[in-house]
Amino acid sequence: MTATATAASAPPRRRRRAPAGVLLRRAGLYAAGAAVFLFSVFPVYWMVATAFKPVGEIFSKNTRLFPETLTLEHFDRVLNDELIPGVNFWEFLVNSLIVTLGSVAAGAVLSLLAAVAVARFRFRMRGAFIILLMVIQMVPAEALIISIFINFRRFQDASGLQMLGNLSGILIVYTAVALPITIMMLRGFVASVPRELEEAAAIDGASPWTVFWRILMPLVAPGLVAASIFAFITAWNEFIVALTFLGRSTEEYTLPLSLSYYFGRFGTEWGAIMAASTLLTLPVMAFFLFVQRRMVSGLTMGAVKG
Amino acid sequence: MASTAEAVREQTPPQPPPVGGGGPGKPRRRRSLPTPYLLIAPALVILTLVLVWPVVQMVWNSLHDYTVRNLLPNAPAPEWNGFAHYRRLLSDPEFWTILRNTVVVCVLMVGTTMVLGTLIGILLHKLPRWFSMVVSVGMMLAWATPAISASLVFRWLFLPERGLVNVALDRLPDWLVGGGWLNYNWFLEPLSLFSVLIAVIVWQSFPFIAVSVLAGLKSIPHELYEAARVDGAGGWRAFWNVTFPMLRPLFALLMVLQIIWDLRVFTQLYILANSFQNKSVYLLSYYIYQQGFSSSPANYGMGSAIAVVMTVMILAVTAYYLRIMIRQGETR
Repeated sequence: MTATATAASAPPRRRRRAPAGVLLRRAGLYAAGAAVFLFSVFPVYWMVATAFKPVGEIFSKNTRLFPETLTLEHFDRVLNDELIPGVNFWEFLVNSLIVTLGSVAAGAVLSLLAAVAVARFRFRMRGAFIILLMVIQMVPAEALIISIFINFRRFQDASGLQMLGNLSGILIVYTAVALPITIMMLRGFVASVPRELEEAAAIDGASPWTVFWRILMPLVAPGLVAASIFAFITAWNEFIVALTFLGRSTEEYTLPLSLSYYFGRFGTEWGAIMAASTLLTLPVMAFFLFVQRRMVSGLTMGAVKG
Repeated sequence: MASTAEAVREQTPPQPPPVGGGGPGKPRRRRSLPTPYLLIAPALVILTLVLVWPVVQMVWNSLHDYTVRNLLPNAPAPEWNGFAHYRRLLSDPEFWTILRNTVVVCVLMVGTTMVLGTLIGILLHKLPRWFSMVVSVGMMLAWATPAISASLVFRWLFLPERGLVNVALDRLPDWLVGGGWLNYNWFLEPLSLFSVLIAVIVWQSFPFIAVSVLAGLKSIPHELYEAARVDGAGGWRAFWNVTFPMLRPLFALLMVLQIIWDLRVFTQLYILANSFQNKSVYLLSYYIYQQGFSSSPANYGMGSAIAVVMTVMILAVTAYYLRIMIRQGETR
């Protein structure tokens, strides 16, 4: 009580040396920060550490925080062993890349067109379209999965085009699922390009096409990259739609589904599961850190609109 | 997983600067031109076919006897059954348990994530810049981990006999935590399984909240806190009288997004529960999937009825989200 009173009544001059209370408080803050860091990083560390541990150590009851010896046996197993005859990690990787890159490319074109319409034109359906995007973005695929499945199944039966059990169906669904968010993201970027720039070019005789490619595209490109990375991460991680659509067509599995192979037949291979999880996580982390660095600066404005 | 990716979106749009005051609504060309319609047409078509039409279908399915048999060649069309699915659901104590569990688990996830995220956001704000950066990078790792990898790691951490958590609890003195932890199976009982589930979700979602709150804190003028301190407010009162009112719209938005993301949790539960045998650990999204694809015969009608219940819950929250967005002028 006395201490607070003195501190409060003391003139606010700069202290050279912090009193013990302040030091203690600062130490507490650092300790809390370190705890948050450990809590965030530990599961990731444990995944990677297990991936490098020899089987003997994983099975040992004498669990250690740090692996005694490091091994690449699990990565070797994941990368080189055939999980089903003729199919190994690389086939699943190619499947994943086809659906992610395919849906990202299709989504980029579709969302850029729609974003230009929403940001640059006024038309009767505009408000309704934006609200539609916001609502669709919220309705989860988990709720729609049965109807989506039935629709694709009926379309497949009627048209003879194979949609389930191969990559085409999930590619279409992934494209659609990412659209609302990528359109809204790109809309912000397109709107931030000064209209005068385009008008000046148009006055100089540039065709709308030239204006689009030479003026708008270079300025919107960072937004397109961010939106594409977003779409990539969504498709790369997606699980329930792939699970439903691919069913027993195991050779068409994407990477997340392929992890199920390490459960079962030979007992649960935790080393291989953690190695495969690490490989699945790596590209997402790389992209994420890349986007994040650029996002942090624009974050204050983006997240706080009051 | 959506939480990771959609979180990116939250941060991404650089504030579109107000264009000349008229906003993007300023007419640029003559209104009769079909250009904007042509531009949105491809996106609108694919969205309607893939995501909007299934909403209508879902309602229709839920009112019919619709099983996998109706998909066979030459099968009869599904028959109207009134509201039989809903009546069965409402009189089924199992459904009420699942609904209650979904709500309780969602509230716990959202609550823990929001409180923890906010506290950590404030902590980051108080730490020196370099240290705050280090902690942020660590949090990014948690945030970026795909749902499937995260679930597998947590399953491995809590594995009976060899999981690190079980081993650690076993090594702690018995008078502190009790004995028998080594062989304890977390994945059998709802209480323990949901605890692990909440841990995974919170671990993956708190970074988004923390980083957003940190950004919000940076936007609050420092003078407000000094004024509060002069008036004798401590940290607690300063939070409730300055921070919270200033960041109220941000908190509302974060909360709504978090509720919607946590209501739909599927992948994590699928990995942790590892089968559809134990009905007592179902959540709504899990129940939908089980009815539609794992029961025999697959019961699309019943699955759709549960999906309608879940969609209504989500749309109620979405309505609030739309109100926020409309107020902020996002739809203009």
